[in-house]
Amino acid sequence: MDLNTKYTPQSWPDHPENTTLEGKNKFTGFWLFLGGETVTFASLFATYLALKNKGPSGMEFTTQDLFELPLVFIMTMLLLTSSLTSVYAMYHMKNYNFKAMQAWLMVTVILGLAFLGFEIYEFNHYVHLGFTFGQSAFSSAFFILVGTHGAHVVVGLGWIILLMVRNAKRGLNLYNAPKFYLASLYWHFIDVVWVFIFTVVYLMGVVG
Amino acid sequence: MAHDVHAHVRSQTEYEYKRRRSANEMRGHVTTFAIMIFLTLIAFTMVYAGFSAYFVVPIILLLAAVQVILQLYYFMHMSHKGHETAQLFLYSGVIVAFITILTMITIVWW
Repeated sequence: MDLNTKYTPQSWPDHPENTTLEGKNKFTGFWLFLGGETVTFASLFATYLALKNKGPSGMEFTTQDLFELPLVFIMTMLLLTSSLTSVYAMYHMKNYNFKAMQAWLMVTVILGLAFLGFEIYEFNHYVHLGFTFGQSAFSSAFFILVGTHGAHVVVGLGWIILLMVRNAKRGLNLYNAPKFYLASLYWHFIDVVWVFIFTVVYLMGVVG
Repeated sequence: MAHDVHAHVRSQTEYEYKRRRSANEMRGHVTTFAIMIFLTLIAFTMVYAGFSAYFVVPIILLLAAVQVILQLYYFMHMSHKGHETAQLFLYSGVIVAFITILTMITIVWW
């Protein structure tokens, strides 16, 4: 079978993401990668928890003074909603509705960009307060943890945008369906990590 | 790999069944989303209300764990068939992650 075969909603397989061997391999490899990502973020969380509020004597920055819950709440809602919109995109992918999939991916990208905008605003605000990357062990651990998550958001956005642009004229086929599926898995994983960031870093930071 | 895909064209009934089943699943996802929003609201409200840390921290960690399980099993389809390898990889990651965090916190606490 040629991978560029045109399908109809009637002939489109139930699981287009792993119907081909290539799709199956990508699927397996990607979950292995997510297992590795879990460990990466765990080491950053462990470092953060160990160095939280630690710095040179007389350091005036603490999680309680620094973090603003309303901002974090908006960011959480944006990312959580973008997770649902990418579920919608995959719903339409499985129904072989390319246009609807692209539209929902576009919504996902816009929500992701809004999240990123708030994060840049937040970091910029901290730097202006003097809470820079090199200011203390606490600031380094914070920026590395939350910044690595932000970098994942950037990669996820770039990935989804590239897929949308590259396949705009191709439509859906069994070659690109696994690619869209994995990009959406990655996006969900970014939300999984954020759930722990807003709980462990921000909420537990404000509680003390 | 060129030979392992068998294109099956559905009859109208099969097609309608598939559409209905996937629409049902999508409704389930929206419900999951509503639960996640609800859990998030509880977590933020508890912190905002200013209860004792010993009371709030275990609960918000539990809420985070529940939310992540929903995300993994429903949004990332880990509840579907054919995810045995995925589970092995992810849980291996989670075990190492847990040990890493436990070790670091123990070292700091000592």
